[in-house]
Amino acid sequence: MSEDGIGASPARVGGLDRVTGRQAYVADINVDDVLHAKLVSLDCARARIIAIDTSAALAVPGVRLAMTAADLPQPMPRFGPQFVDRPVLAVDETHYHGEPVAAIAAETKDGADEAAALVRVEYEELPAVFTVAGALDPAAPLVQDPSIRPGDPLATTNVLREHRYGWGDVDGARADVVVEGTYAFPMVTQFAIEPHAFIAAPDGDGIAVWSSIQHPNWLQKVIAGLLHLPLAKVRVFAPDPGGGFGGKQHAKYEPLVAFMALKAGRPVRLVLTLEETFQAVRRGAAEIRVRSGFSADGSIVFREVEANYLIGAYADIADRTVAKGTYTASGPYRVPAVRILARSILSHTTPSTAFRGFGNPQQIWAVESNMDEAARALGIDPLELRLKNLARHGETFIPGDTPADGDWAATVTRAAEMIGWGGAPAPGRGRGIAVGLKSGPTTGLSYSTVRLLADGSVIVHAGTSDMGQGARTIFAQIAAEELGAPLDWVTVVMGDTAVVPYDQQTSASRSSVLMGNSILNGCREVQAKLRTMAARLESVSEASVVVDRGEVRIGERVLPIRDVLIRGLGRLGGEVIGIGEMRKEADPDHPLGGTAAFFEFNCTAVEVEVDRATGDIVVVRHVTVSDVGKAMNPMQVRGQDEGAAIMGLGHTLMEHYIYDDAGRIRNLGAIDYRIPTSMDLPLVMASDIVENEDGPGPYGSKGMSEGALLCVAPAVAAAVRDATGVVIRDLPLTPERVWRALNEASKM
Amino acid sequence: MTMIRRIGVTVNGRPRSADVAPHHTLLEVLRDDLGLTGTKECCLVGECGACTVLVDDVCVDSCLILAVEADGATVTTVEGLAAGDRLDPIQEAFLETGAAQCGFCIPGQLVAAKALLALIPHPTRAEVEDGLAGNLCRCAGYGQIIDAVLVAAEAGAEGTGS
Repeated sequence: MSEDGIGASPARVGGLDRVTGRQAYVADINVDDVLHAKLVSLDCARARIIAIDTSAALAVPGVRLAMTAADLPQPMPRFGPQFVDRPVLAVDETHYHGEPVAAIAAETKDGADEAAALVRVEYEELPAVFTVAGALDPAAPLVQDPSIRPGDPLATTNVLREHRYGWGDVDGARADVVVEGTYAFPMVTQFAIEPHAFIAAPDGDGIAVWSSIQHPNWLQKVIAGLLHLPLAKVRVFAPDPGGGFGGKQHAKYEPLVAFMALKAGRPVRLVLTLEETFQAVRRGAAEIRVRSGFSADGSIVFREVEANYLIGAYADIADRTVAKGTYTASGPYRVPAVRILARSILSHTTPSTAFRGFGNPQQIWAVESNMDEAARALGIDPLELRLKNLARHGETFIPGDTPADGDWAATVTRAAEMIGWGGAPAPGRGRGIAVGLKSGPTTGLSYSTVRLLADGSVIVHAGTSDMGQGARTIFAQIAAEELGAPLDWVTVVMGDTAVVPYDQQTSASRSSVLMGNSILNGCREVQAKLRTMAARLESVSEASVVVDRGEVRIGERVLPIRDVLIRGLGRLGGEVIGIGEMRKEADPDHPLGGTAAFFEFNCTAVEVEVDRATGDIVVVRHVTVSDVGKAMNPMQVRGQDEGAAIMGLGHTLMEHYIYDDAGRIRNLGAIDYRIPTSMDLPLVMASDIVENEDGPGPYGSKGMSEGALLCVAPAVAAAVRDATGVVIRDLPLTPERVWRALNEASKM
Repeated sequence: MTMIRRIGVTVNGRPRSADVAPHHTLLEVLRDDLGLTGTKECCLVGECGACTVLVDDVCVDSCLILAVEADGATVTTVEGLAAGDRLDPIQEAFLETGAAQCGFCIPGQLVAAKALLALIPHPTRAEVEDGLAGNLCRCAGYGQIIDAVLVAAEAGAEGTGS
C-alpha cells in the first residue's frame, strides 16, 4: 500500500493552496467585463409591494440594470428542492426580512450599493407570524399562497407537512414511570466564514454559473429548468466552498443572477454580506414535546414525540430536515412502542434549510434531555440507562430500516471512561452524557472517472464539493492506495459540471461512502484492465493475475502497477480509464424514500463548571467519541469531530436569532451574533473513534462529519443539571438563562 | 463627485499604487485593485479576522483601515508569507497539523499567528488562544490551528538554535 494511503494522515490535498492564499473561492474569481450586483430588500418581514421606482437608481453612473419582478418572465419563475415555491424575486408580497424585491447591476460595487439605496419601494406592512404559536393560530395570516399546493388540505394552514411514524401500541403500553417535557431549540445560522457568492455569465448558447454550492448538479438542473435550457448548456462551476454546513446545498440567488446576466448580456456577480447570509439561511427552530414511559428497571416501554419545527417562508429543504430528523426520534434504542408526529410550520422568517445534523440536533436535544430526566426519575445512572436500552449490533430498532450497524455500547463506554464517569466531579462541577444518532443518506448516485495516465499518475473526476470535510484528500488516498501511485501523483478534479460526471449531492456525510465507493469501483475497473494487460504481457491466464492495493500479483511474483502499465500501453502510451458508479436505490415504500445507508453514532460526555453568580458555563472537559467504521484519514476525522463538537457548543451556549415585532433579526452579523472563538473552547477537548470496519464505505468506513454535533446540547444541559440541580429545557444556555433558572430554583 | 486619491503602499515587498475613494478600505484595495485575493472578506466589521494583514508589522483587520490611512504603509498579506516556493514555518505547521479545513479563515489565521509569534516566540497554549481570539473559524478547527502555532514556535526555536 501507499504510505499516504488509507489510514494515514497525509497533509490535506489542496492544503498548499489554502495556506498560501491561492485557493480561489467564488468571490476571488475574476470574470472579465463583470457587473456587480446588489440586492434591495425591505425593512420588515411581510409587506404588500405597491410600487417600485428604479428611476433614481438607474440614473447613478455605471448602473446597467435595475431588475424587479416586472423584468422577469410571467408568471414569476419559482424553484425549490421540495416545493417549487421560491420566486426569483419577491412578487406582490415579501415573506421574510431580507427577501429581495429588486437587484441592481452596475459597473462598480460602489455604484451598485449607491443605486440599491435609491430604489424606492412603496409598500404596506402586513401582519405576519414568527413563532410556532403565531403560525398555528387559526386566525394567522397564511405564509404560502394555497395555489402552490393545490389539493393539499393543509394548504389553508401554515403547516406545510405533517410526518407520522411509529409502531407498537403506545396507548396500551404499561409504564412504571412516565417522563414528559417540552424542549425548545432556537433559530441559528450556518455562518460559513465565506458568505455565499454567485456569478453568472452568458456562455455561447447557454449560461455559466459559479456558485459556492454543495450540490452543483442539482443547481444545474434548477437553472436549466428556469431558463428552459438543456442541461448540457448550463455549466456550473463550483469552486471549493469556504464552509457549507448545509447552508450551501441548494440554489438561493443563482437563478436571480442568471436572469440578470442574460438580461444585461454580461457577467454579473453577487457576493452576499454576512448579514445577508443570516437572512438567507438558518436552521429550523423547534418546540418538541417528548413523553417516554419506562418500566422500573429502566427499559423504555414507549416513546411519544410531537415536534413542531418552525421553518421559514419558503420550504427549501427544510421539510426534509423535519421528516428525516424526527424519523429517528426513538433514538438508538430498543423501543417497543413509538408514536412520532412532526410538523413543518411555515413562518415569515428566513427560510430554514439543511444545517449540519439535518433536523436531528433539535430532536436529540429533546429526546436525550428527556432521557436524562428519566434517569433521575428512575434513580438509574444516566449512563446505565443508555447502555440498558441501546440497540445491539445487528438489531432492528426502527422496523423496516437498516439494523444497528455498529457496536454502539463500545462508543458509549469509551466516552464514559474518557470523562471518568462514576467518580465524583469536583465541587461545583457536574457531568453529563448523551448519545446522538443520525440516519445517513437514504438514496445516492455518484459517478466518477479514474484515469491512470501513461506514467502511473492518476486523475480522478468527482462531483463532490470539498467544503472543508476533506473529500479531495480521501478520494486521492483511495486512488493512491488502489493504483499504487504516490499521493502527490494524484489529481482530483471537482466543481465543473461540463467536465466532471454527475454526483447527486454533497450532504448527509455521504461522500466518503458513496463517492468513495464510486471511485473505488472506478479503480476496480482500471485494475481489471491491468489484469488483462498483465496476463497478455506475461502469457498467463487472467485467472492467475490479481490486481489489488497498488500491486499486480502473479503467483508469488509481485509487479508494480506502473511497470505493467508502461509495458502494456506500449509505444503510443495513452491511459487506462475506469468509470465508477455507486447507487443507493430509492425504496418508494419507505417513509423516507429509502433506508439508511449507514448511521452516524456519537457519544458526548462533558464536565462543566457553573458560575452561580453569573450563570456562566465553563466546559472543563469535552469528550466526543464517534463510530466511524474506519478512519481513512485520522487527522481529518479529528478535525471533523472536534469541529462539529465546538459548533455544537455554539448552539448550546450562545447562538440564537433575536427577532423583533416586525420580524427583523436584531442580531444580524458578527458583532451581535456570537459563535465560538478560540476563547470559548472547552478547557480540554478529547476526541476518539471506534473503528470496527463495519461500515458500507471503502475499507469499512462510515460517514462521520455530523455525529459529534448531534448531542452536545443535551450532554451539556445534563452536566449543568448535575452541577446545579436545575433543569433547563430551552437553548441556548446563555449566562442570563442559566442565572435566571438558578434564581428561580433558589426561590422554590 | 467622489474624490479619488492615489495612494502608495508596499505590499509583500513590492511598491504598489491605487486610486481610491475616501471610503475604500485597505481590504478593497488589496482584493479589488491589486488582485491579492488571498485576504478574505466576511464580516466587514472587524469581528471575524478573515481579512487580517500586517500593516507596518502590526496585525490589523484590513476591513477597518481606510485605504487613505494605509498610504505609505508596508503591508504583508498571506501571499507574502512564503519566500518564493519556500513556505514559512507557520504555513508548514498548518499543513502538518491539518489546521486548514475549508480554508477560508486560514489566511487571516496565518497572518495573526505570524504576528503573535513575532511578539511571543514561545507562547503557551493559552497565549495562542488569546492571540487568535479575533479570528473566527466556523469549521472550528481551533485545536489543530493552535497545535500548528505551537509546532511553528517549536520549529522557529530550532531554526534559530535557541
